[in-house]
Amino acid sequence: MATQILLKNIDVPGLTDIHVYKGLGGYSALEKALKNFTPDQVTEEVKKSGLRGRGGAGFPTGMKWGFIDKQSEKPRYLVCNYDESEPGTFKDRYIGELNPHQLIEGMIIGSYALGAKSAYIYIRGELFYVIKIIEKAIQEAYKNGLLGNNILGSDYSLDLYCHPGAGAYICGEETALLESLEGKRGNPRIKPPFPAIVGLYDCPTVVNNVETIAALPWIITNGSAAYSAIGIGNSKGTKLISACGHINKPGIYEIELGLPVEEFIYSDEYCGGIINGNKLKAVVAGGSSVPILPAELILKTAAGEPRLMSYESLAEGGFKTGTMMGSGGFIVMDHTTCIVKNLLTFARFYRHESCGQCSPCREGTSWMEKILMRIEGGQGTMKDIDLLVNIAKHVEGNTICPLGDAAAWPVASAILHFREEFEEHVKLQKCPF
Amino acid sequence: MPLLKVTIDNVEIEVEAGTTIMNAARQVGGHIVPPAMCYYSKLEGSGGKCRTCLVRVAQGSAKDPRPMPKLVASCRTLVQDGMVVENTTSPEAMDSRQAITEFLLINHPLDCPVCDQAGECHLQDLSYVHGLEETRTVEERRVFKPIDIGDKIKLHMNRCILCYRCVMVADQITDKRVHGVLGRGDHSEISTHIQQAVDNDFSGNMIDVCPVGALTDNTFRFKSRVWFMKPFDANRNCTKCSGKVVLWMKGEELLRVTGRKDKYGELEEFICNDCRFDHKMVTDWTIEGPRAIERHSVISQNHYGKQ
Repeated sequence: MATQILLKNIDVPGLTDIHVYKGLGGYSALEKALKNFTPDQVTEEVKKSGLRGRGGAGFPTGMKWGFIDKQSEKPRYLVCNYDESEPGTFKDRYIGELNPHQLIEGMIIGSYALGAKSAYIYIRGELFYVIKIIEKAIQEAYKNGLLGNNILGSDYSLDLYCHPGAGAYICGEETALLESLEGKRGNPRIKPPFPAIVGLYDCPTVVNNVETIAALPWIITNGSAAYSAIGIGNSKGTKLISACGHINKPGIYEIELGLPVEEFIYSDEYCGGIINGNKLKAVVAGGSSVPILPAELILKTAAGEPRLMSYESLAEGGFKTGTMMGSGGFIVMDHTTCIVKNLLTFARFYRHESCGQCSPCREGTSWMEKILMRIEGGQGTMKDIDLLVNIAKHVEGNTICPLGDAAAWPVASAILHFREEFEEHVKLQKCPF
Repeated sequence: MPLLKVTIDNVEIEVEAGTTIMNAARQVGGHIVPPAMCYYSKLEGSGGKCRTCLVRVAQGSAKDPRPMPKLVASCRTLVQDGMVVENTTSPEAMDSRQAITEFLLINHPLDCPVCDQAGECHLQDLSYVHGLEETRTVEERRVFKPIDIGDKIKLHMNRCILCYRCVMVADQITDKRVHGVLGRGDHSEISTHIQQAVDNDFSGNMIDVCPVGALTDNTFRFKSRVWFMKPFDANRNCTKCSGKVVLWMKGEELLRVTGRKDKYGELEEFICNDCRFDHKMVTDWTIEGPRAIERHSVISQNHYGKQ
């Protein structure tokens, strides 16, 4: 059994209650951090642990904290990005729903390290039932002296707020999230300046994913060495993977980074193999925005090595033969899946969710969707396939925020790996599935 | 403060710290200036949206000579000492500019023959230089009905490229903004809030800052093509604005009043609605003389004071 950091006590009944959480040793990490560590020492621990941002980009958390402008006299903020809305990713929901105090404890530890006096949990509006659970947990924490003035008798004070979003995918992009939190239209900001210098209300801000923050109490309790002992290479610790698609056991799994992909898909401990014993066709390894990989490339790298669930191994081969860890939305497709139809679904999503601020993304996403709709509907031409590649190339990297990349990568990779299937659609003038 | 050395398309200049690549290029002038569809130097926070001004930075700075990994928006990127920028000399930047032009045009109605902006339209200029000769789209375009967003301003949303300039004008030079961008993505549109009309003394400047024909002057619509008119610099004593305007004359008739625009199409000064809409008699104005028009402009073909 792999080490469980985030999901260890998740099955304990009534875990959302603060007393149950405390009975399992909850909030002892906070006590340890406040009594034994200075804020800089907490940052140092996180740096040494090798924890990387779990929202998708995998940026080292401690380094991100190190960028915050401590010279500025403005207040500093920690914001938790709970706007989980990537198709295929449903891991963060689980933490807030079943173990909200772990998130709150992590928020207090993180805020302490950054010297923030106020912190926000920006939560996706559709998770309305989770909002209630988190709000109740925040109230309990206030009553128990864990939030508010002089936390646990120390001279550190913090206010924590839970702010629901209004259902825009783009608000998961950190600067759009900050705009939305300020009460404005959720348009991503043009960077630089980065949030660590000019963030929420123009003050230095750190935005972290739920899973990243929820891992902090364990790191403080068990030490950075214990955390970095788990994992492989520069991918330390555990990661939540939300597995879905044509597998026998869809669900949320906590894996130690470095687990072979083959084991993850086929072992009974995890996905339990492909449904009905079907043949594996393709996998989207990290949520809809990462490149899709065919079976042979997801199980083994182009060099023939077994592919592992780690940031480096999944990315091996670049975008030619590799993909990305992303946010851990593991979508498995068997041989009955139409790649074009799947891609059309993704393209429709990105067209709908593009904020419309910059022209390549606004026009490119809708154009790609329309072309895919034509191909899937049997009216495509061979020229359309090359046109799609060309549009994707011009959207990628030319946009303000990564949504343009996220819309372009699936298109480019699907055509790269499954071109015959697109051509078949055009030749037959219908979908062969 | 020491000046920063920057090279744009092999032209070396020295500029003050805090200058953007776009403004550094404008100090040199000529063909090295990237086109700007959304950037407007008089509006704070503008730029970065249309992506037509993307350039390649071949060398980040003298200290860190690595090239920047992506093309950057020259209107929002500050120059560093020793930076080397490639605009027209970078095939990559030119290729992406062509693509952006195509993106801007795929939902554009191409109704230049009936559009009041034709002849002074930035999108026309852009597609003349960077556009493809053929269209690669077969899809239907977005269609909106033209609406009056104020009693003097007509909005043709079909033509809009969502540069946000009019939104910024309303934010920055009027006391209350009542219009904005509604919706998201390709279905976003400029509009007013429910049952509100744009009505304030400086709202007419929205028409002047609009790079395309999305916002047009109701008092001038369909009166004349711009190249049949002759522009004159004129002024009047105005209590609200500087009163310095351009009168657009056809024969003896004054058809339109606009602000004075510089060579990048930006207003020198914002003018009030009184001057713009309510003083359509030549006798209201003191005429200074013919306005200098760039020789390459189609407007100059009827003009005697060529530059």
